[in-house]
Amino acid sequence: MTPNHVEYDDTQGLVRFGYGALKQARYVLGTVRNAEAVRSWLRSAPITNAVELDKAPPAALQVAFTAAGLEAIGVRASVIAGFSHEFVSGMTESSRARRLGDVGVAAPSRWTWGTGSRMPHVVVMFFAVPGRLDGFMSEVMASGWSEAFDELQCLDTSDLDQHEPFGFTDGISQPEIDWSQAYDALGVHRDYSNIVALGEFLLGYRNEYGKYTDRPIIDADAASEVLPAAEDAADKKDVGRNGTYLVMRQLRQDVRGFWQYMLRQAGGDPAQAEVIASAMVGRLPNGDPLAAIQDRSIAGVDQKPDVITKNQFTFDDDPAGVRCPIGAHIRRSNPRNSDYVGRPGSLGRLLAMLGFGRNGFREDLTSSVRFHRILRRGREYGTNLSPAEALAPELPGDAERGLHFICLNANISRQFEFLQNAWTANRKFSALTGENDPIVGNRDGSGYFTMPSDGRVRRRQSGLPQFVTVRGGAYFFLPGLRALRYFAGNGRT
Amino acid sequence: MTPQSSFMVMAAIDPRRDADLRGLLASMNHAPGRLNAGNALFPFREFANVHYARLLIIDSKETDDDLRRSGLSPRSYPSYLAFLGDVDGDADEFLRDAAARAPKGLREIFSCCDGFTADSHLLDWMKRHNSRPAAFYVNWRSRTVLSVRENAALYEALERYVEENAGKLAAMPPRQVHSTLQDFVEAERSAGRLTLSAEKPTPLGWSITNLVHLVGVPLLLLLASPLLLVVGLVFVLPLRRLEKTDVELCQRVDPAHVDALAEIEDQDVTNQFSALGGVKPGIVRLWTLRFVLLIIDYTARHIYKRGRLARVRTIHFARWVWLDNRERMIFLSNYDGSHESYMDDFINKVAFGLNVVFSHGIGWPRTNWLVLDGCKDERKFKEYQRRHQLPSQVWYKAYSGLTAVDLERNALIRKGIESRSMSDSETREWVGML
Repeated sequence: MTPNHVEYDDTQGLVRFGYGALKQARYVLGTVRNAEAVRSWLRSAPITNAVELDKAPPAALQVAFTAAGLEAIGVRASVIAGFSHEFVSGMTESSRARRLGDVGVAAPSRWTWGTGSRMPHVVVMFFAVPGRLDGFMSEVMASGWSEAFDELQCLDTSDLDQHEPFGFTDGISQPEIDWSQAYDALGVHRDYSNIVALGEFLLGYRNEYGKYTDRPIIDADAASEVLPAAEDAADKKDVGRNGTYLVMRQLRQDVRGFWQYMLRQAGGDPAQAEVIASAMVGRLPNGDPLAAIQDRSIAGVDQKPDVITKNQFTFDDDPAGVRCPIGAHIRRSNPRNSDYVGRPGSLGRLLAMLGFGRNGFREDLTSSVRFHRILRRGREYGTNLSPAEALAPELPGDAERGLHFICLNANISRQFEFLQNAWTANRKFSALTGENDPIVGNRDGSGYFTMPSDGRVRRRQSGLPQFVTVRGGAYFFLPGLRALRYFAGNGRT
Repeated sequence: MTPQSSFMVMAAIDPRRDADLRGLLASMNHAPGRLNAGNALFPFREFANVHYARLLIIDSKETDDDLRRSGLSPRSYPSYLAFLGDVDGDADEFLRDAAARAPKGLREIFSCCDGFTADSHLLDWMKRHNSRPAAFYVNWRSRTVLSVRENAALYEALERYVEENAGKLAAMPPRQVHSTLQDFVEAERSAGRLTLSAEKPTPLGWSITNLVHLVGVPLLLLLASPLLLVVGLVFVLPLRRLEKTDVELCQRVDPAHVDALAEIEDQDVTNQFSALGGVKPGIVRLWTLRFVLLIIDYTARHIYKRGRLARVRTIHFARWVWLDNRERMIFLSNYDGSHESYMDDFINKVAFGLNVVFSHGIGWPRTNWLVLDGCKDERKFKEYQRRHQLPSQVWYKAYSGLTAVDLERNALIRKGIESRSMSDSETREWVGML
């Protein structure tokens, strides 16, 4: 085994798989009732690793802890301090909440979980094939569960057949992780690539800078014996290796408000309502992008026809946002660009670096998206409501619906937070003048969405209501399995 | 054209008055990071030619251990108070204006500094304590606060008009949109609702100095080139050796320090940044840095004066100032977006520029041939810069809510409104900017 070999058997499966076949899932948020009982439960819990099997397992179990949770199960403060600052300080720290756009109606003080006494210590994630979930949970919870945890909230999910509650196909674009660590992150990236260094998603491996992100590196002793060695400090043990940071946010979606607004803007024409909604998403409901599919292949985008039609595109040929508005959700979430505008050669790169490249007003406002990718693992919740049904007034007792957003990343501040702050919540994104993400943006009173038009004055959808509201969230650490054993065993004081 | 200039009045704080001073500065804010621009001590918003200003307490971020490990003997510096800003026109004139219009508040603030007494002549004292930057960057030379405000008002009026007449305008070809909007602006100007002032003539003295600088610096460098070449060759090996052996000081920063910095950030689309550090020992480092700053100052003055510092479009103003007989240096800037985006821009777009200047500061992540590596080590760099960062006690921006890119767009829109000779493609592009 080379030192660089990925230890799938030490990695929780969620990093590698979305568990699409396990259509039932439930996330239990808990606090620690008894640390010893948690450690004992961890020793026997059948946590699923990332080894690829011939046949998908019927069920999977994943466990992640917040910083408060690690403390509660007795992990030493000096070890916790080795995690990234944002993980330790948490999603709801006031300046961070401001940067993430969690203000006003989306302020943490209004959340149902994630702050104060509603701060979870742990999320235990259960996945199963249809019909197997309850049984699987009973098995897992059979021994020691109730002594170990107090249940804070049980987040159910629902299978909306790969659509998010507004009715758009979801989860189409994901980065392709460079598991083999074969690609050269340090070289110049002339073209947008969908391949991203392993270290962007798994701690203890090299990232897009060829470096390592924050995680605890500790002295080797009897307690840390079980842990893997640190790649970048051979005599030390790596608590983070094969683990990653897991960001969780409960996003309530106002499906009725969404389609009723679209219909109003469309003057009552349902087809036009769909056009406006698609412009805001950047894709049609079936997932086809508004941007043109290009002939040139993109590294890390499969050459299968159905993948090409969904993902073989960038926004390079549409700088003004005529086909796909600049503010569209998918364009903000991933502007799909490379390190330099317009694929310059060596001399061109030198000139561009010195500021003498292509200097149009709209050029080079975002770049190098490869440092800001996330791996999405979220699932929907609530019942399906079609656009037609959404036009009817709300029924009494109509339950909340939305998305349990989950993403994995090795550097929360440079990946999830950057994406959320600089791209999604940013009213000045890419020279826009005052609009945040039309779908997920926190409106805080006012909002609009601009649809540029070729050679004509732009169209603007004003009076944009809030469609998505954050209801809870936290930063977790999804440990490698040996790190879990370390936490469970003698890693305590 | 009105050129921009900078001032930085700096003096050691009387240690006995440190708490008083902090209280005074805090009293100028509504909340941390949120200035009351009409505060009684210095009502910034009444000074119409100030782009940015800040009051900053400069105290050391380096420990004795840091210094020892960097080959320097431990030394102590006083804490300084700095009052600095970026203004239209001559900075001395601003100081004169400030001393005349806000003497009471300024006296109260400066009375916390060593050597300032009730008898001190305020203006003379400020001028005496004014530190000139070693290098100074202005996002857009000639862009005045007045033009920023007029252009923003123009942009808003046009946006309102476009919103209210969306149906009518949507059907028009670009040229007709352009002329319709020109007519609208003309009518607004006649009605006194919009003002678009003409640029003032460039001060003759400034033009001459600027020309002399433009030609003189390269000429002197050319004349000195044989000497520079020799010095350069003599410096190469020691520099190579130093950059391989200089100690890195990039340990994790105290979380409480980061939270305190973050608390005052992101209150506006623009943020302030101040970072202080000691210069590495020896003449090789010092003179290399002096030369680099000369080049930066020259290029900022004559090349990067149109919205871009190399590839970076988010910096409004920036400067490097020597402190304590060139033993320390402070970098001060105003930039758009979050701190994290600013640092990522630095690493991904101008790492070479950052390395070539800041690697002469003690503890900088190891460089390779002065421009490579260094801040490309993201983790080390981010810890390093946060540790050297100082919170601004008071920070003023004249045009809240506007980014440098906003200012550029608004100016382009105004240019289009005032233009009678745009081509078809220019007109299309212009309409697309609305």
